[in-house]
Amino acid sequence: MIEIKNIRKSFKGTEVIKGISGEFQQGKVNMIIGASGTGKSVLLKCIVGLVTPDEGNVIYRGRDFFNSEKDVQREIRQEIGMLFQGGALFDSMTVEKNVMFPLDVLTKMPSDEKLDRVNFCLKRVGLENVNTKMPSEISGGMKKRVGIARAIVNNSKFLFCDEPNSGLDPQTSILIDELIKEITYEYDITTVVVSHDMNSVVESGDYILFMYQGNKLWEGTKDDILQNDVPELQDFIFANHILRRLKEKA
Amino acid sequence: MKSIGKYFILLGSLFKNRESFKTYFKLTINECVLIGVNSIIIVVIVSTFMGAVTAVQTAYNLVSPLIPNNVIGLIVRDMTVLELAPTIMAIVFAGKVGSNIAGELGTMRITEQIDALEVMGINGASYLILPKILASVFMYPLLVIMAAFLSITGGYLAGIMTNIITEQEYIYGIRLDFNEYTVTFALIKSVVFAFLVSSISAYKGFFTRGGALEVGLASTSAVTNSVIAILLADYLLAQLLL
Repeated sequence: MIEIKNIRKSFKGTEVIKGISGEFQQGKVNMIIGASGTGKSVLLKCIVGLVTPDEGNVIYRGRDFFNSEKDVQREIRQEIGMLFQGGALFDSMTVEKNVMFPLDVLTKMPSDEKLDRVNFCLKRVGLENVNTKMPSEISGGMKKRVGIARAIVNNSKFLFCDEPNSGLDPQTSILIDELIKEITYEYDITTVVVSHDMNSVVESGDYILFMYQGNKLWEGTKDDILQNDVPELQDFIFANHILRRLKEKA
Repeated sequence: MKSIGKYFILLGSLFKNRESFKTYFKLTINECVLIGVNSIIIVVIVSTFMGAVTAVQTAYNLVSPLIPNNVIGLIVRDMTVLELAPTIMAIVFAGKVGSNIAGELGTMRITEQIDALEVMGINGASYLILPKILASVFMYPLLVIMAAFLSITGGYLAGIMTNIITEQEYIYGIRLDFNEYTVTFALIKSVVFAFLVSSISAYKGFFTRGGALEVGLASTSAVTNSVIAILLADYLLAQLLL
């Protein structure tokens, strides 16, 4: 479980995150949603420690990240896997080397075991026979899958995904959502997904935190998001004309 | 001032939260190939022509019959060892290697590859920058030695082929009043310049923000700042060590 308490962050005098708290449960797909520019990615970067919040705590299974010693922070980071918006694969390495990278740097596993683990993870995300390809030679959807394989290769306990569907066609988006959901349940990990894709939200959101202008306006599950009475969330959900017409008809 | 402070903080962070020696060794060897071996062709071309042009232009300026021809060899040698090989090659090095380092790190920054390293608990600065600095400091002096040798050879070839000097005169000239300390001085300069080019370029690339345009600007800025730093350091070292 990850607990965030009163996270605040400002950039050049502008407060981007205004005291957000929440709990992301283990074995569930937790989603942070909201319109573009509302502070979702900054909040995610605060949670993983890429950005230091001005105030607040991020607690990973009882360990307060920002108030811990460097060794504990490093230990927590080694339990984190992250899928970045563009995949963030290392351009100079093959797919195999990219996925193997966390094992190379963070473990003392023998080479043959590392290769077995890499092949297992690539197979798990539906990729085979791509080991020798470079990131520039594979599609956007494949890059995301490789990114997921790299995020789980070290048996991560926490998986963070920053807009996993951005730049993907609807079918590939669904496949990536399904994959994230399956991996979360299968390995009982705490997954936090930042998204503004309503398909993902209603399909996968076991816990949803809605952000609006740096504030948390609503939290709940995919089952009760459509019955919410928050006008900003209503506007966000029904921004799509088709959904709006359907709602009006209903 | 803020940038200078940030530069020194970055240099300090290279030695914090480091990876294993084995990891750095492997990365440094890779960088030695990229930084050193891949620069050999440009060094060969530039240094050979640099020596040849120095020989021809020195001969052109020697109008007095009282000055012996062997002075051409002496001037080519001293100019090469003291200035052309370490300093001019450093400017070429900044253009080739400096822009490459800044471009590579800048691209890694804007595509979140550095964030990916840091999320894994790896010190991105140390992992990416330290091997580049070590490789530069190790390889650039070797390139300078090669450049000095080729420049003097270029002067010899140009002098002999254009009949402005005889082989004996040139050999005599390059051996005349030779001060070994100039070589030591050139090597000290080469280590300092290599450190400046690699660290300044890495700093510019590592803190790139924005997109492709900013990566281009970071590369340009890396080269111009490196060149200014080289010239300043060149003057300071000359004052201090000669």
